[in-house]
Amino acid sequence: MLTFDQSADIFNRIRKLSSADEVEVLFTGGRFALTRFANNVIHQNVAEENHVVSVRTAFGTKTARATTNKFDDESLRQVVQSSENLAKVQHPDPDLLPVPDPAEASGPANAQSPSRFFRETAAITPELRAGGVRKIVGVADRHKLTTAGVFSSGELFEGVFNSRGLSKWHTQTSAEVSITMLAADSSGWQKANSPDVSHLDPLRLAEVAAQKAVDTARPREIPAGKYMVILEPAAVLDIVGFMFWDYSGMAILDQRSFLTGRIGTKLFGDNITIWDDVSHPLQAGVPFDGEGVHRQRICLVKNGVVDRVVYARATADRMKRSEYKDRVGPIAATGHGFSLPNEMGEMPVNIVFAPVDNPQSVEQMIASTERGVLVTRLWYIREVEPFEKMLTGMTRDGTFLIENGRVQGGVRNFRFNESLVHMLSNVEAMSTPVRSCGEESFDMVVPAMKVKDFNFTEVTKF
Amino acid sequence: MKHVANWALNTAAVGGASYADVRVIAQRSRALSTKNGKVGSASDAESVGMNVRVIADGAWGFAASADLGRAAVEATAAQAVEIARASARVKREDIRLAAEKPAVAEWTTPHKIDPFSVSVEQNIDLLLKIDAELRAVAGITLAETNLNFNREEQWFISSEGTDIHQTKITTGAGYAAYAFANNEIQKRSYPNSFGGQWQNKGYELIEELKLLENARRIAEEAVALHKADQCPEGKFDIILDSSQLGLQIHESIGHPIELDRVLGMEANFAGTSFLTLDKLRTLRYGSDLVNVVADARPEHGPGLGTFAYDDEGVAAQCTPVITSGVFTGYLSSRETAHMVGLDRSGGTLRAESWNRLPMIRMTNISILPGEKPLTLEQLIASTDDAILMQTNRSWSIDDKRYNFQFGTEIGWEIKNGKRTRMLKNPSYSGITTEFWNSLDAICSRDEWTLWGTPNCGKGQPQQVMGTGHGASPARFRGIKVGSAFRGN
Repeated sequence: MLTFDQSADIFNRIRKLSSADEVEVLFTGGRFALTRFANNVIHQNVAEENHVVSVRTAFGTKTARATTNKFDDESLRQVVQSSENLAKVQHPDPDLLPVPDPAEASGPANAQSPSRFFRETAAITPELRAGGVRKIVGVADRHKLTTAGVFSSGELFEGVFNSRGLSKWHTQTSAEVSITMLAADSSGWQKANSPDVSHLDPLRLAEVAAQKAVDTARPREIPAGKYMVILEPAAVLDIVGFMFWDYSGMAILDQRSFLTGRIGTKLFGDNITIWDDVSHPLQAGVPFDGEGVHRQRICLVKNGVVDRVVYARATADRMKRSEYKDRVGPIAATGHGFSLPNEMGEMPVNIVFAPVDNPQSVEQMIASTERGVLVTRLWYIREVEPFEKMLTGMTRDGTFLIENGRVQGGVRNFRFNESLVHMLSNVEAMSTPVRSCGEESFDMVVPAMKVKDFNFTEVTKF
Repeated sequence: MKHVANWALNTAAVGGASYADVRVIAQRSRALSTKNGKVGSASDAESVGMNVRVIADGAWGFAASADLGRAAVEATAAQAVEIARASARVKREDIRLAAEKPAVAEWTTPHKIDPFSVSVEQNIDLLLKIDAELRAVAGITLAETNLNFNREEQWFISSEGTDIHQTKITTGAGYAAYAFANNEIQKRSYPNSFGGQWQNKGYELIEELKLLENARRIAEEAVALHKADQCPEGKFDIILDSSQLGLQIHESIGHPIELDRVLGMEANFAGTSFLTLDKLRTLRYGSDLVNVVADARPEHGPGLGTFAYDDEGVAAQCTPVITSGVFTGYLSSRETAHMVGLDRSGGTLRAESWNRLPMIRMTNISILPGEKPLTLEQLIASTDDAILMQTNRSWSIDDKRYNFQFGTEIGWEIKNGKRTRMLKNPSYSGITTEFWNSLDAICSRDEWTLWGTPNCGKGQPQQVMGTGHGASPARFRGIKVGSAFRGN
């Protein structure tokens, strides 16, 4: 794996090769391995290692980026030349700022994310992963089910260096288990990840997924309509994830955000408070943005009121000069920018839902539901209408009917068409937020939610 | 690159692998975009690496590295063997590969103009001209344009003696105009949504697309949509334009015919398929007018699914998928071919890059045009009461590929053979086989376009792949329209 010292040396070599006014270099890469299984056997098993250097040069306010994964002298010379040749022919960008210096990019003196590098996780071998899979298959065999899924592990690095002396570095490990259990006409699913493999319990996940498959066998069809719905955390994550692209200053300036004209207004229920907080103990990820600026802890929604959006440096600068400046709450660089140049600006990527005063477990939510649907996960979610954030998608892998406070068995999967504005205004109960992961959106700390009048528009054939 | 491959193959053989193949890949890409009069992104990227795929102890192992030095290559090959042996700890039977005669070949995407030979200044100048044309229309609040070029040079060498050197060139371009007003965002894209049109072709594609010539119309439609009526809800006959039909094919034919999905290999992520093996040659997938092929051969067209050999050295082929409405073929690989009684792979294995395992991917999955001459205008003229839907805006389908819902950017009411009012937010939904069985007219060759979907996602770890979809506009009877907007 590339180290900080090696990257610093490469940066110095690049800097000497460049005639640009400013140079900024991003380093990314690491090692990753994934053992994949289906039909109760390991059918794919992969490993890779890659290191990437990405060079941005600026001549005045003209800038461009070139990237390579080769680190010999000639390749570094070529990537610098490529970046410079591309930058020189750009049109000047009046919004481009000089690269940040260390003082501007730093956070508060006591700002520190917990370490997310765990040696035991980095040391996971193919044999260990295979052993884990064999145990998962054992659970499937015991329940007479077919299982499919993954067990992966890796270690990554990310660094930013620039010609004003900024140098930021981050390393992290990762481990993930995802399990689907299939019966003749039903299925169940569970997934978990963590920087620390000791936080994962594949056998427990396998048992939960297996029980869902068993309990939803012979699913009945119930009509489409509006239901009281209990969404498990992964289902919440995958649907709410679609709105966070809009919590961006650039999205407001471009008039493509559903928050245009709504910052400072009450858009959701009182029980919805959302932060972006990379340092939260259940979060993970890089504590700085694409320019190396420290990621601040930001309150996005407070008691249902949209409080503010996040900003890259240049977006904040532009917003302060714009017609919107008095209508968008606090405007300041928050450390959420994408690497330059880009057209999207910034977005929050370390979402944490605040706990409520009186959380309910999923079991408690079920017990208090006269008639409703319990949803394990949502799938193939896409935006239908951007301003009300109307989304469509399907339920999948464990959808249950609840009647009179009890789970009554499986039902055929539904298609939903639901507005996030409506959904988050109708949350009747929430569990304690947990670290969760899905497939449609990025990892978050989210609760399970009991939602009134969730709109299922169609039923599929299974 | 043969020396690199030989280091790896030798190490794999010494390690006890019964089969090994090596891919060495050099990729270069250029991405340019503009937004509201400014360059949004300008980047040039290259990525070089190799991978080794082996069978040892009857199971698969795969390892990849960006380091092409001898020590690293040999270590990568050894790692692949170690991984295969780990895989063998959880297997039921040995991997069996369908025979394939080793090929020795060189091939490059046919092209007239190397896209990388066109200056960046010329690229940016074109994008900014399009941008200016879009924003010249009052009411446009956001204009986005993009140009993308990719070159992939691959050396594939296997322990069976296959030695193939292929270079693929891809060009893509498009733009979108947004109009925000009264808490509503409307959008129009050209030539297609989500990045435009993409083909395995040179820069000549850019000249063929007539990007600048269509910009004003597209912007005017985005603004006009605000005054259009909401698309009604109910059962209607619909006509889909060829780009929307291309995506319909991708989602409701291309994915369910992937044999690895059918066999459960994608169950944890992308899902499975309703096309169980008993449905081959028995299922009425569509009406008699539905003829679909999976065709990777260059003669099909410069699609994103066009090549000479797939990523395990199997020559490009044409597989009939639906023949006069009956389901007749899957997408297969050397590992899966025998599971459907095939002696030979259908040649569909591809990977995104050097660090990804090749898997079954759509090639060019195309509906054949109608044999009788029929233009879009003639199809409209022959339709009493329908909705014409153009350019995809949203898409979603369940994990067995039955229930789908699509939204398009714009619609037009057809009454008594004529286009009448513009409609906004059109959407339609259905069940795959019921939908395809309702097709009762399809336009002929002159209206057929080979569209490119550059970002089909599949696999774990996930990878994206370009797929091609040829289609002519077609009519479908009695389709459920508008349920997306049955809101709260």
